Amino acid sequence: MAKITASVYTSHVPAIGAAIDLDKTQEPYWQPLFQGYEFSKQWMKDNKPDVIFLVYNDHATAFSLDFIPTFAIGTAAEYQPADEGWGPRPVPKVVGHPELASHIAQSVIQQDFDLTIVNKMDVDHGLTVPLSLMCGQPEAWPCPVIPFAVNVVQYPVPSGRRCFQLGQAIRKAVESFDEDLNVHIWGTGGMSHQLQGARAGLINREWDNAWLDKMINDPVACADTPHIDYVREAGSEGIELVMWLIARGAMADVAGGPKPKLAHRFYHVPASNTAVGHVILENQ
Amino acid sequence: MSLEKPYLDVPGTIIFDAEQSRKGYWLNQFCMSLMKAENRERFKADERAYLDEWPMTEEQKQAVLARDLNWCMRTGGNIYFLAKIGATDGKSFQQMAGSMTGMTEDEYRAMMMAGGRSPEGNRYIGEDGDAQAHRQPQGAAGKKGA
Repeated sequence: MAKITASVYTSHVPAIGAAIDLDKTQEPYWQPLFQGYEFSKQWMKDNKPDVIFLVYNDHATAFSLDFIPTFAIGTAAEYQPADEGWGPRPVPKVVGHPELASHIAQSVIQQDFDLTIVNKMDVDHGLTVPLSLMCGQPEAWPCPVIPFAVNVVQYPVPSGRRCFQLGQAIRKAVESFDEDLNVHIWGTGGMSHQLQGARAGLINREWDNAWLDKMINDPVACADTPHIDYVREAGSEGIELVMWLIARGAMADVAGGPKPKLAHRFYHVPASNTAVGHVILENQ
Repeated sequence: MSLEKPYLDVPGTIIFDAEQSRKGYWLNQFCMSLMKAENRERFKADERAYLDEWPMTEEQKQAVLARDLNWCMRTGGNIYFLAKIGATDGKSFQQMAGSMTGMTEDEYRAMMMAGGRSPEGNRYIGEDGDAQAHRQPQGAAGKKGA
């Protein structure tokens, strides 16, 4: 049967993708950030998954105001990196896993989460930057990826609690898939940042780190963090952190299993406008 | 009964909710059109004529022509959509975000390098942080008139 063995959490700042693509990772501005992912790139090689279930948000790329799905699962065979206005990132196409994705869609909908099913979409920096951070610049990504897009652009976005429950449903769905697959679930976005108005540039190092502690050690309490706390404390775009709770909810301890092992934790300010957080948890 | 909107008392912040989204529908859809290279060319060739193809309000058109992102946001724009105008102009997210504070590009970048804007005094309207209305614009732009 398929099994979720680990979860990865990381910010997905577009400027990080640009720094990688333009070969700036060793510049003094970027060097400390990429240093924090050296461990992770090795870890990916040592713990290569068969499939990555990648939770991210679309930034007005595949979804305009024509359709605004709260939760959308990609069931396509492949996805192209999107042109977000600066030209598409020079990264490999993303190969999907239609069989597992359709299986998860059916199972999760039967568990009362009304997903939108997407068979055609381009994927933006929200999905490709985490892949670049964890895998470097390969000719092809190391395994198939199931894109899972969450609306965090137009309020109200789903609550942390709902995301956490969804993660639990995804774990059950994965574990009911017959093929033996090693699945990673990634939660991306955040941490504190605000891209708008007179308060643009807000960073809250103390709050971010307290939230990380809670996310790792007491995820049930973390999932209860109300929306307004993210907005007030972590900036209007800090709300992206609810997506991390989907990945956290899919870990074994939430279903009564052992606590996960903290393999890696990293925090850095700034990447452009944003505080970067990164965690790797392994199921024991 | 009114909807619950606990985010209205956060200073220097407009939350893009369903109401703002309705208000900004055509403004944001115009922005999406700039994801196609041929539309970027047509817009750059004659901005006013291109904007007139869209059923936006006159105020929204003026806000776009002025490249005043705060004004765009007040009329229903969302930053991820407005970023397509920035991309057309060759601007980064940092340049766009910084432009909304009144700071110069260097000032904004220096603030981020120093750890970003502090939340102190910037959580509720009526406090005394640097994002509060009575302290705008920030940076050199704010000092000029002082």
